[in-house]
Amino acid sequence: MTTAVAEERETYLNAGHGVKSWLLTKDHKRIGLLYLFTITFFFFIGGVFATLIRLELLSPHGNLVSSETYNKLFTMHGVVMVFFFLIPSIPATLGNFFLPLMIGARDLAFPRINLLSWYLLVIGGLFAIFAMVAGGVDTGWTFYTPYSTSYSNTWVIATALGIFVAGFSSILTGLNFIVTVHRMRCPGMTWFRMPLFVWAHYATALIQVLGTPVLAVTLVLVLCERMFHIGIFDPALGGDPVLFQHLFWFYSHPAVYIMILPAMGVISELVSTFSRKAIFGYGFVAFSSVAIAVLGFLVWGHHLFVSGQSLFAGMVFSFLSYFVAIPSAIKVFNWTATLYKGSISYATPMLYAFGFIGLFTIGGLTGLFVACLGIDVHVTDTYFVVAHFHYIMVGGAIMGYLGGLHYWWPKITGRMYPEGWAKLSALVIFLGFNLTFFPQFMLGYLGMPRRYHVYPDEFQVLHVLSTAGASVLAVGYLMPLIYFMWSLKYGAIAGRNPWKATGLEWQTDSPPPVHNFDEIPIVTREAYDYSGTVGQEVQVG
Amino acid sequence: MVSEPHVESLALREQFNSAEQQKDASSLGMWVFLITEVMFFGGAFAAYTVYRSIYPGVFGAASRTLNTTIGALNTAVLLCSSFTMVLAVRAGQLGRRKQIMAFLVLTLILGMVFLGVKGYEWNEKYVEHHIPGPSFQMEGPGLQDHAQLFFSLYFAMTGLHAMHMLVGAGLLSWLLYQTWRGKFSAAYYTPIDMVGLYWHFVDIIWIFLFPLLYLIDRHGH
Repeated sequence: MTTAVAEERETYLNAGHGVKSWLLTKDHKRIGLLYLFTITFFFFIGGVFATLIRLELLSPHGNLVSSETYNKLFTMHGVVMVFFFLIPSIPATLGNFFLPLMIGARDLAFPRINLLSWYLLVIGGLFAIFAMVAGGVDTGWTFYTPYSTSYSNTWVIATALGIFVAGFSSILTGLNFIVTVHRMRCPGMTWFRMPLFVWAHYATALIQVLGTPVLAVTLVLVLCERMFHIGIFDPALGGDPVLFQHLFWFYSHPAVYIMILPAMGVISELVSTFSRKAIFGYGFVAFSSVAIAVLGFLVWGHHLFVSGQSLFAGMVFSFLSYFVAIPSAIKVFNWTATLYKGSISYATPMLYAFGFIGLFTIGGLTGLFVACLGIDVHVTDTYFVVAHFHYIMVGGAIMGYLGGLHYWWPKITGRMYPEGWAKLSALVIFLGFNLTFFPQFMLGYLGMPRRYHVYPDEFQVLHVLSTAGASVLAVGYLMPLIYFMWSLKYGAIAGRNPWKATGLEWQTDSPPPVHNFDEIPIVTREAYDYSGTVGQEVQVG
Repeated sequence: MVSEPHVESLALREQFNSAEQQKDASSLGMWVFLITEVMFFGGAFAAYTVYRSIYPGVFGAASRTLNTTIGALNTAVLLCSSFTMVLAVRAGQLGRRKQIMAFLVLTLILGMVFLGVKGYEWNEKYVEHHIPGPSFQMEGPGLQDHAQLFFSLYFAMTGLHAMHMLVGAGLLSWLLYQTWRGKFSAAYYTPIDMVGLYWHFVDIIWIFLFPLLYLIDRHGH
C-alpha cells in the first residue's frame, strides 16, 4: 500500500517498505492495520459458516448438510466470530491506532508487547484454522462439559489451544492500554479531558485483564480433563460440570462487554462530531463504561438459570443483571440528549451511529426479557436468545466498528471513502440486519430451539425471511470491502480534519507521521469543545 | 523532546519522554500483569474451594498423604530464594555488578532445588498410585473416586506453579547474561526489579498452595 499524498511527506505508511517492515513493526498504527487485515479475514471465514447455516435453514428437513456437519458449522461460526473477530475487532484495530493519538502519545507504552499480541492472535488463529481444516469441532462455542471433555470426537484440543493463545493476545492488549492511559497522556490531557473512546477502551481493558485469565485456566482444566480424564468436571468421579459453566461465563459474559464497550466509545465520538456538540453528561457516560465493566463481572449466573443453579443464586443474578440496564440506558439517553438542538449532519458514520442506538436499544431491552427468571425458562436455548445477542454483537458491536472505520478511514489512509456508496451500504446493512434477526425473536418465542437444523414446517416462513435478510446483509458487508479498497487509489484527499472534529487525532496529518505528532501537543480544553474554532483546541508548542 | 546526555545508557525508548516515565510504565505494566496472574490462579483456587466444600473429609484424608516435612523445607527454600532476589535488586540499585550476578545465581540455584524437590514429591505420588487415572488407588470411604479430584487439583496447581518457576528461571538466566554484558547500572536496573516482582509473586502463590494442599487436616493428629 503506497500513499500518493500530494507532497512527499513521511508518513507511517511510507516510512518503511517491504514485508519485513510490516511484520516487525513496532508502530501502533501499522500493528492496528495488521489486526485489521487479520480480523477481516476471520470475519469472512465466520461469514462463510453463517451463510451455510442460513442456507441449511431454508428448508425444515435438514437436506443440505448432515446433523454432524451442522453442529460443526454453528460451532465454528461462533468460535471464529467471537474469539477471532469480535473480541479483537475495535480495540485491536481502531483502539490500537487511535488510543495513543487521542491522548497525544507517540505510541503505546509497550510497542513490542503490542506486536507480540498480534502474533499471538495469528498463532491462535492458525490453531483454529488447523482444527477447521482437519475436520472441525462440534461442541458449540461454549465447550460445555462433559460433552467437550468426554464425548465429542472432534478437534476440541486444537480449538481450545487456539482460543487459549488468542486470549493472551487480548490480555496483553488490555495491559498495554491500561498502562498507556495511566502513563502516556500528553501535558494537559487530564482524565476528564480524555475522549470517551479512551474511557471506553480503559473499561474494556479492565475486563480483558481481569476476565481473560479465568478463561485461560478454565481451558487448561478442560484440556487436562480431556487428555487425561482426571475428573475435574467429570460427575463419575464427583466433579461438577456446572462448575465449568460458572468459570466459562465468568469470562464469557464480560466478554460481551469487551465487544460492546469499545463500540459505545466509537458512538460517543460520532454523535458528538456530527452534532457539533459536546456529549451531554460527559462524566456519566465515562463512568457508565466503568460501571458496565464492573457490573459485567457480577451477572454470569444468568447463563445458568436452567443449569441446576440454586433458585436463590438465580434470583440474585437476575437482580444484578437488571442493574446493567442502568449504565447502558445512561449512554443511550445521553447520546439522544446530545442530539437535541445539535447541528446534525447525516454523514455515513452518523448513519451507523443511529443504527447502533436503535439496534442496541432493542438488544438491550430483550436482554431484560432473558434476565427475568420466568421468561428465561421459556426462551432459554431458543432463537430468542440468538436474536438477542446478535442484536448486541452484530447490531451493536459491528455497527460501531463499521461506523468507526468510516469515521477514521480518512485519518488512517489519507483518503475519503465514496460517500454515496457508503450511505447505501449503511442502509443495506441496517435493513439486512433487521430482516435477518427480527424474525428470529419471533421464532424463538414460538419455540424454535437454537442449534437444530430440522424444525417443524410452520417455522419455515420466518426462517426463509431470516435467510433472505442474511443475503442482503452479506451484500452490505461486501460493499465496504470493495469501496474501501477503491478509495485507496481513487478517494479524494482527506486533509487533516475532514469532519472538523475536536480530537487530537485530527490535529495531525492524514496519514499521521511515524511518531504521530511533529510536536507533542498541549491540551488546554475539555473534550468535544465545539464552542470555538477547531484550531484553538490545541496549542502546539 | 529534549534529549539528555545520559539517555543512551538509560535505554530510553522513543515513546517515552523521560526515564522516570519509562520506569513508571514498566512497573505499572508488571503489576497489571501480576493481577492477570492472580485471576489465572484464581480460577483454579475457585475450583479447589468448591470441591473442598463438597468433599471436606475426602480432601482432608487425601491431604494427609502429602509429606509435610518435605513441603515445609521446600517452602523455606523458596522463601530464601525470594530473599536472595531482594538482595539482587538491592545490588542493582547500588550498581554492583558482581553482587547482582552472585545473588541471581543463588536465586536460580534455590529455585532449581525447589523444582528438584517438587519432582521428587511427584515421583512419590506416582509410586503410591496417587496420580489420577486408571491406576489410581486409595482406600477408604469415597476416596477411590473423590480423592482423584484432590489430586487432579494438586497436580494442576503445583504443575502450573512449577511452570511459572521454569519461566522465572529462564528470566533469571537472561538477567544473568544481561548483567554479564554490563547492561545494568544504578541508573538503569528496571528489568531486575521487574523479574524480582514476578519471582515474589510465584513465591506467594506457593505460600497459598502449601497450607491449602498440605496442612488442611493436620490438627489433632
